[in-house]
Amino acid sequence: MSPETMSVFSPKLAARLDALVTRYPVKRSALVPMLLYAQDEVGYLSDAVIQEVATRIGITELDVRGVATYYSMLRFKPVGRYNVQVCTNISCMLRGGYQLLDRFKKELGIDVKQTTPDGLFSLEEVECIGACCWAPAAQVNYAFHDDLTPDAVPALLDDYRKKAHSEGEENNA
Amino acid sequence: MPKLVSHPDEVKIVSRRFGQGAADIDTYLKLDGYTALRTAITQGSEWIINEMKASNLRGRGGAGFPTGLKWSFVPKQSAKPKYVIVNGDESEPGTCKDHLIFLHDPHTIIEGTIIAGLAIGAKMGFIYLRGEYRYLQIIMQKAVDDAYERGFLGKNLLGSGQDFDVVVQTGAGAYEVGEESALMESLEGKRGVPRIKPPFPAVVGLYGGPTVINNAETIATVPHVIAMGGAAFAAVGSERNGGTRLFGVSGHVERPGVYELPMGYNLKKLIYEVAGGIRGGRALKAVVPGGSSTPVLLPDEIDIGLDFDQVGKAGSMLGSAGVVVLDETTCMVEFALRTIQFYQHESCGWCIPCREGTDWLKKSLVRFHAGFGEAKDIDNIRYLAENMLGRTFCPLGDAAAMPIIAFVKKFRKEFEDHLNGRPCPFAQPAELAAL
Repeated sequence: MSPETMSVFSPKLAARLDALVTRYPVKRSALVPMLLYAQDEVGYLSDAVIQEVATRIGITELDVRGVATYYSMLRFKPVGRYNVQVCTNISCMLRGGYQLLDRFKKELGIDVKQTTPDGLFSLEEVECIGACCWAPAAQVNYAFHDDLTPDAVPALLDDYRKKAHSEGEENNA
Repeated sequence: MPKLVSHPDEVKIVSRRFGQGAADIDTYLKLDGYTALRTAITQGSEWIINEMKASNLRGRGGAGFPTGLKWSFVPKQSAKPKYVIVNGDESEPGTCKDHLIFLHDPHTIIEGTIIAGLAIGAKMGFIYLRGEYRYLQIIMQKAVDDAYERGFLGKNLLGSGQDFDVVVQTGAGAYEVGEESALMESLEGKRGVPRIKPPFPAVVGLYGGPTVINNAETIATVPHVIAMGGAAFAAVGSERNGGTRLFGVSGHVERPGVYELPMGYNLKKLIYEVAGGIRGGRALKAVVPGGSSTPVLLPDEIDIGLDFDQVGKAGSMLGSAGVVVLDETTCMVEFALRTIQFYQHESCGWCIPCREGTDWLKKSLVRFHAGFGEAKDIDNIRYLAENMLGRTFCPLGDAAAMPIIAFVKKFRKEFEDHLNGRPCPFAQPAELAAL
């Protein structure tokens, strides 16, 4: 199978990955970013994704899995459209990170590592995300939300629901 | 967008362009951007390294190794290509300074990287950002693209006859990759496990070539050193600790934030004046002075200057300068538990003392904090931690052990109180079930 003809990725991502491998003195250096960008599009590292990445880099699937399992952001199962990642590490903990996490659990009706039945939200407790001076903080996908309070949670989630709704209408139009 | 803070005592060198839109290349140029690069090109390698040595700039990642000296270890002649790596894997709990540099002044990172390249004779640099910093990676990539377009990067940069390329790289979630050799493994497309040293990166680094790897703040400081001159930069700081530092104050203070202050600035003053004192007028209980791996200081130990030597003399480390402030309401056993939980999660498992040690410490502290501890656990926790010290390839084992030893040593009574019929008010029996 050649990646150009049978890609599991969109033409845009495939082109990006084609360019990516040319940047480094050694092709394999593209592996970690490639896995992350693939996950951004597909949602998780499916068998098909692993297979194509292995082909693109020119290493075995086993080798790709060996690397992928090391990195905490890489996952092998789908998550919700918006992955809510709440930091509870020391600086966030001191300013109510756990209370924040509890409120997310309550508002979403799920525990960590779970996804809402509508597939919209997943919840994760994460380690330090580098927002210690603006604690407590959370990330929704890649977006940072600083200086959060438990009471800010419902409005934050509503914003994402609205976002999903308007993006859905765009797609139907 | 993270809040910017300010205080009259600040000496803004590295942060002088924060909040001024310097991510835009034209604004950066208006604010004297890329002038240090022109100076560096004119003066050449030896001059750059001498200025760096004179500046007394020490590594901002945490180890505090003199930057100029590090650069001078790179062999002049090398059969393999040489490389510069910017370590922006910023993951030490309590640390968010590089976050602001990438956001507000990405070109200064590029400029510093090129200058480092000129100094050691490298033609390629990598700027490695942690995967969570995607929005900063996009800003950084835009800056790199703009720098290429204007001729600050690429072939024959600024007509100097020198070539220099920069690649922006993303991680994908791993504290361990902040360790220099693990970062190089990750950059080579592998699991981020550390390499044994020697050989050091200056001799055998990325792809086996001589490599200089510096923290993002260190690299962002380089153009300012070149612009000011090494001696002038050194004069800003304290003895053998040149310049300023971005201190990230977090936790129970009134005004948390990243403040740029001269090296040697008093810790007590930083907490009580610059950061506005303890939240709600409460009493101070403890200070973690340089990120979660640095041993805790008691309130009567904080009247010290914040530089590598003075904090070292006080029995801790300046580390990443992430100052975490704890007030009287904090349960130190819970704080110790949260600290070790992090290191247990991040241990890559390569070295057994770290892999097993962090796990046992976590289990012991979970049980202890939940009110099921025994008296002998206290010494056991300390004994376990002490036996991790110095027995691992990379400093993660030490980083996990050192704070735990200090917590037990300095807050033994709080551990004992958890035994004497006073279980922690935060205790959740459910924690035991999660073991």
